[in-house]
Parts: sequence; structure tokens; C-alpha cells
Amino acid sequence: MTELATYNFAYLDEQTKRMIRRAILKAIAIPGYQVPFASREMPMPYGWGTGGVQVTAAIIGPNDTLKVIDQGADDTTNAVSIRAFFQKVSSVRVTTKTTEATIIQTRHRIPETALQTGQTLVYQVPIPEPLRFLEPRETETRKMHALEEYGLMHVKLYEDIARHGHIATTYAYPVKVEGRYVMDPSPTPKFDNPKMHRSPALQLFGAGREKRIYAIPPYTEVVSLDFEDHPFEIQTFSEPCALCGARGSYLDEVILDDKGGSMFVCSDTDFCEDRQSEGHQGHLSANPAQADTHAAGVEK
Amino acid sequence: MSDMPLLRVNAVSKFYGSRIGCQNVSFELWPGEVLAVVGESGSGKTTLLDCLATRLAPSTGSVEYRMRDGQFRDLYRMSEAERRFLMRTDWGFVHQNPADGLRMTVSAGANVGERLMAVGDRHYGNIRAAAADWLGRVEIAADRIDDQPRAFSGGMRQRLQIARNLVTNPRLVFMDEPTGGLDVSVQARLLDLLRGLVSDLGLAAIVVTHDLAVARLLSHRMMVMKDGRIVETGLTDRVLDDPQAPYTQLLVSSILQV
Ligand SMILES: [Zn+2]
Repeated sequence: MTELATYNFAYLDEQTKRMIRRAILKAIAIPGYQVPFASREMPMPYGWGTGGVQVTAAIIGPNDTLKVIDQGADDTTNAVSIRAFFQKVSSVRVTTKTTEATIIQTRHRIPETALQTGQTLVYQVPIPEPLRFLEPRETETRKMHALEEYGLMHVKLYEDIARHGHIATTYAYPVKVEGRYVMDPSPTPKFDNPKMHRSPALQLFGAGREKRIYAIPPYTEVVSLDFEDHPFEIQTFSEPCALCGARGSYLDEVILDDKGGSMFVCSDTDFCEDRQSEGHQGHLSANPAQADTHAAGVEK
Repeated sequence: MSDMPLLRVNAVSKFYGSRIGCQNVSFELWPGEVLAVVGESGSGKTTLLDCLATRLAPSTGSVEYRMRDGQFRDLYRMSEAERRFLMRTDWGFVHQNPADGLRMTVSAGANVGERLMAVGDRHYGNIRAAAADWLGRVEIAADRIDDQPRAFSGGMRQRLQIARNLVTNPRLVFMDEPTGGLDVSVQARLLDLLRGLVSDLGLAAIVVTHDLAVARLLSHRMMVMKDGRIVETGLTDRVLDDPQAPYTQLLVSSILQV
């Protein structure tokens, strides 16, 4: 793969980067608004985060430190290949530590460790339009955004309650940004929605196939939609992380054996490992064989 | 009835190139009044309806609506946001084909509740109670509230569409052949229901139909259209029992022969 060395820094040519940066600037100026951009072919298939990769490529510089996570983990195939891609085409520093990263590209999670001023979170987005499932016509959804006609979003939540007795939407839970645009936070669990609210970090969203970029600037109001009598709630877990004992982190179920045994561990591997290295323990942390299973499990 | 009309239509014409959609139509509609616009297909009645309901901009003329604050507003000088807000609050539009006016993959309750949510109602229990109440008023059994209209008969779908339109207590409802696709026995029941609702709620309505029986049952006043123009207008019973224009006479007699 040495021929990659002949590519421009961060793969994209400078003109394309400028085009994407203009879209990003517009997105920052209108929080939550989906800005169309001329999405380019990337050397990876759609569904692998080409939107996020293009956003990262447009903003990354030689002094940046990049972290890539997928479902909270740094070591999954998707995260590993995107990280390897940027190392090849930009030779930037990479890290698995949330606190060291200046840019974090993510699929499906927001790190547990609170983000700081100066950090940028880049989301990979498959479907940017929150109204899509109820109104397939793009001309109509654009008009609804323009005129702030968001009754339909509550129709979706109404249907949830009518069917399940509560709002059963757990991923891609719609939010209203700065009191104006309704936005799909990408398929992150609703557990992460409160982390978007007034975050000191810049949050950028890239949808490659759908050719849209949107943004939440630092310290922006992000409110999850709900009903007065069915207020927004995040998932809670009945037990702490089996490896680091954390309560209040987002847990994944990891299958331990083929007899149905399982444990719940932090989906944010960096957060979990940090806590373990600080001496925190869960009820299964003493057993090194189990810890290996954890690493294998998150790659599922 | 108020001493001011609800709608003022002034010399509305719609041309498609050199072809005439409707020409020089003027009338006033009063609160609580039901006006039937009658004609054969191609008479311009649907074009006129679309011009009135802000679905199609007229080529010339104006349509003024008296807002809840009492002020007349020219519909085509309002912003699109204002027009759309009016359409989902103070107005209703009942399509001939219920699928055009319903969300077929959303439950009956949510179909009715959508307008409430669109105007900012954020209490699930209240929305559901209002939906249940309206389903009852259009004679849909309470236990169908979570079913999708896909599972409903044509008559039920049409009644659901009516409930969906009336939940915000509109003052004006447009209806385009509201009983068009239905069996005769189902039509009769729907017409009874509509007549009851319109008079109970004091609704003003403009009903476009080719069916003189529908006009007879629902409307106080009717306009007969041919080739884009009004050829006769008057109280419904008078027009049907003693038609003046030769075309109306032909229409009435041909219907009576059917
Ligand atoms: Zn943990």
C-alpha cells in the first residue's frame, strides 16, 4: 500500500476539503440543519462511515490526535481500518484515549469521559433525516424543516407509547437543537443524548451516501423530544460493569459461553480499561480468561 | 351566523396556457354555510376548489379569508408557513380517496392526534383522549384506535379522515367528492354523519361533487359550473326543483332519469 503515500494529506484533494469545510461552517452556523455536500467516493464502501471519514479528512491537521470508535470500542474492524487509513494517508498521531484525542470519529456511541473544549466528535451517519420513516418525500421533509412543522416527530413517539406503553425508541432518538431544528443524532443509544446537550466539544455529523453534513457547535442546547406525561428517560442498567464496577456507564451484554452465560460490561473500552488500571474492579474482573472474552465480545 | 362572510372570492380565474380551468368566479361563503359546487368532470369545479384551498395559485383574482381575529387576509399574500398553519388548524380538507388524506401506516389514534401534536399539544393522555372522542363521533369503535387505516373499510377510512380534519375545530372544511368511491349504502350513512357534524359544529363547507343527491343532502346553497364558469347559483332546493339555466335543467333531468 506504499502508493498511498502519493495521495494528498488526508487523502482528499485540497479543493474537495475546502468544499467540505464550507459545508461544515454552514452547518455550524445553523445548528442541526442538514447541509448538502458533494460527497466523494472514498476507498471504502458506504456503510463504513464514508461521511464521517470525509468530515475527519477535511478537518484533520498534522498536529491532531485521532481516536476512532465503533460501538464504543477502539478495536473493532471498522474502527481499526479507519484509524489505519488515516495513519497511512496523513501520518497523524492516533490514540485510544478519549482525553488525548483532538478528533474522535465515532459510530454508535459518545465516549463516557466528558469531552472538553477543543475536541471534535465526528459521527458517522447512515440516515440523516429524522422525518424519513414517516414522510418519504424529500421535498416535503425539507419544507417541514423550513417551516418548523415537527408534529410528525411526535406522531412517531405517540405510536411508540400506543404500542408499547412507553417510548420504545432507544436508538437514533430525535432531538431539537437550539430550539429550532429537529435532528437525528445518528444511531447512538438515547443513553448518550444528554451528553450532546451543552457539550464543550464541537459535534459534526457526516452522511456519505445521503450527502449531508450537520453540526452541533459547543455549548448548544440539545433537547430530546418527549411528552409531558411520558418524559424522556435514558436506559438504566440493573448491575454495574462486570469488569470495572462502573455504574452509570452504557453496558453491552457479552456472551461468555454457549450455555447462555453472559456479563454486562462498559461498551466504552477506553473508559473501562482506564477504570481498571486505576484499580476499580467488577465482580468478574479477577479472572483473566473472562477479560479476554470481553475483548473478543465487543468485536461481534 | 355572523354578519361577516368567512370567505370572499373575487373574480378568480385559472388558465393553463390558453386553456381555461375556471374563469371569473366570485362568491361569498358565510359561517356555518355549506356550499356545493356541482358540475361534470372538466367543468372546472376541482380547479376552483384547489384555488380556494391554496393548493393551486389562481392566475387572477383574489381569495380572502376572515381569520379568527376578524381580519380578512388575502390567502395568496400570506406566507407559505401561515397558509400551511391555517390548513391544519382552521381548515380541513377531505379528499375523495382517504389514502390521500390519511397516513396509512400510522394508527387511527395518531392520525387523529397528528394535528393536535402539530399545534404543540405535548400531553399523550390528552391527545389520546381527544382521538378516542373523535373516533366515537365518527362511529369508529374505540378498540380500533391502535389499528392502522390499512385494515379499515372504505367507509371507515373516510370517517377517519373526517375525524382527523375536525379535531382542531376548524371553521371551514373543503370536501372533494367525499362519498365518491363508496357503495351506495355506505354513502348514505356517511352523508348522514357529515350532515350531523356540519350542523352540530356550525362548520362552513365547500363540497365539490358531480352527485346532485350529495348536494341536495348536504348543502344550503349550490353553484353549477360548466366549462370553467358558473352557470347558475342559488339555494339548493330552488336550483334543483326549479333550475333556471338550460344546462342546469339538463343536468337535473338527466340525473332524475338515472
Ligand atoms: Zn467497565
